[in-house]
Amino acid sequence: MSTTDKISFAQAINQALDEAMGADPKVMVFGEDIADEQGGGVFKATKGLSGKYGTGRVRTTPIAEQAIMGAAVGAAIAGYRPVAEIMFMNFLTVCMDQLVNHAAKLRFMSGGKTWVPLTVRCTTGAGVGFGGQHSDMLEAWFAHVPGMKVVSASNPAEAKGLLLSAIEDDDPTLFIEDIMMYSQQGEAPAPGFKVPLGKARVRREGSDVSVITYGRPVRLMDEMAERLAGEGINVEVIDLRTIAPFDEETVLNSVAKTGRAVIVHEAIKSFGTGAEISSRIHEELFSDLKAPVQRIGSKYSPVPFSPPLEQAFLYSEDEVTTAIKRIMG
Amino acid sequence: MAQQLDQANDIDGATLVEIFRRSMRVYKTDERFRQMLMSGKLRLVYYPVRGQEVLSASMMSALNIDDYLVTTYRGVHDQVAKGIPLKDLWAEFTGKVTGTCKGKGGPMHITDPDTGVMVTTGIVGAGLPIANGLALASQQSGDGRVTVVSFGDGATNIGAFHEALNLASLWKLPVIFLCQNNRYAEHTAYSVGTSAKRIIDRAPGYSMEAVRVDGNNPIEMYNAAKAAVDRARAGEGPTLIEAMTYRMLGHTFGADFSYVPKELQEEAKANDPIPAFHQLLLDRGVAAEEIAAIEAAIDAELDAAVEHALASEYPGLEELRIDVLKEEIRA
Repeated sequence: MSTTDKISFAQAINQALDEAMGADPKVMVFGEDIADEQGGGVFKATKGLSGKYGTGRVRTTPIAEQAIMGAAVGAAIAGYRPVAEIMFMNFLTVCMDQLVNHAAKLRFMSGGKTWVPLTVRCTTGAGVGFGGQHSDMLEAWFAHVPGMKVVSASNPAEAKGLLLSAIEDDDPTLFIEDIMMYSQQGEAPAPGFKVPLGKARVRREGSDVSVITYGRPVRLMDEMAERLAGEGINVEVIDLRTIAPFDEETVLNSVAKTGRAVIVHEAIKSFGTGAEISSRIHEELFSDLKAPVQRIGSKYSPVPFSPPLEQAFLYSEDEVTTAIKRIMG
Repeated sequence: MAQQLDQANDIDGATLVEIFRRSMRVYKTDERFRQMLMSGKLRLVYYPVRGQEVLSASMMSALNIDDYLVTTYRGVHDQVAKGIPLKDLWAEFTGKVTGTCKGKGGPMHITDPDTGVMVTTGIVGAGLPIANGLALASQQSGDGRVTVVSFGDGATNIGAFHEALNLASLWKLPVIFLCQNNRYAEHTAYSVGTSAKRIIDRAPGYSMEAVRVDGNNPIEMYNAAKAAVDRARAGEGPTLIEAMTYRMLGHTFGADFSYVPKELQEEAKANDPIPAFHQLLLDRGVAAEEIAAIEAAIDAELDAAVEHALASEYPGLEELRIDVLKEEIRA
């Protein structure tokens, strides 16, 4: 495959799983409907894997998230590298105990005698009309748990590269996919392409304001930065890629240069990851700031069903540009 | 109990003595913890296991050292019976860096992979789904190990129990669900919290083999354990064992125990499994000197363990940044 080929986000996930399973017989995949007999996953992310690697390593499970997550934790302690698919991020709420009390803490509580090289994949995101229980962005909950890593990709190539790194990583990692992005096309990465965890990417350099974001908003911010450049505002766009632990060095270097920062995420603003990033910037760079750090997130509401409400709930590009223009004075 | 010697399912003398040795190792460990708590030499939340020693010892005697164990906060009987070194256990209970987990887990999170003690959880019912994962690893790798997960009767009312039994049965995992039915879920009597008349009545709903035994009878308990282990190792799937026992002390050391009817307490004292086991050995012709030697060896191990734990250092404060993630957290 040449590097100019296009793949979708879903294909990127599929390729990462395929490559990881091909490279390491200890990689197993569990989840609801994931084997080919059940359609290869509701988003086709696991299509073809059970045919290629067998239903021993690619296991369709009952709809029983505690059982899925517990099996993944146990297998991980025993030396496997399970990838557990929890279909929707909201379903993590029914297996929080396994993830938060066990996966994240067993390395510490055992004094390093056991560890949990587990990857949890899930999807979420508002905009498709799933309403309040299939759309939440809960990354801040997991970022708040010592022992967990949280990852979110903004394009197919990096999704593949990040997922491969997550699977190879010896710590439990939550890999968040965006339901609105599965069909998004992007440049296909070369085989073996990986994105290191904990490293942000400066997508566009700029001197006036740093926009710090991750996941679906990244592409929107790229486009916005292009437009604002036409108006003479030079925006630096940073894709965190790993939300926890986040790349403080890249963020602080950028804001030290620009003196202004706007954090954008789809999760609701209150108590979101933006609050933490904003605080770190204020703690380290208060005297360098030309304006207070701005946060843009979705509204403080359950994700609504009715399309106009759903759109009004979501953060908007307008809010970002308004914030940028305000702090540019 | 001596009458059971005539039964066809009798077990050999060496195994019986080994179960006794493990029972006494648990009994004396538990007794020493309580003595030291009572005298104020130790301060910790302690979940006594008095009355459940023989159950654990019989189960663990049917396992190999590298078979996996998942247990709960009331798990010191399981850990000790499995064979965990007492000095490491005591050092962990006292929060010392020489403990099984460098003092970072504590009594509710004992982990010692060398003796197969893989997870000790403080969350009721949480061990069962994890045990499935350990068993799945063995099934997948063909390493021949079996996994035992211990839990109380109270844990059978939480969702994780049901999810785990369903999956284990579905995937024919080499796992043994050991329900230690000690008749009380914390302070709540069995019948107040559990709709099923017996725990094993829940197994048919999961197409699972199940057996109910007197967990305090070493012969009955060992035979049930051995049969379940053999089934699991042969790839024939999981078993639910309901081992009847009785928690002779409160939920935690020093806790109120008045909710247990006096008659039940008296009955339990009369049926204390430890003196009964002692008598069984004598009835079978084991010399009193041999029993005394077993106990003396345990006392010596225990004395050394306590001394080691008390003399050991606390972990350095840098340990707050170690083992959180694989890579040390920056200071």
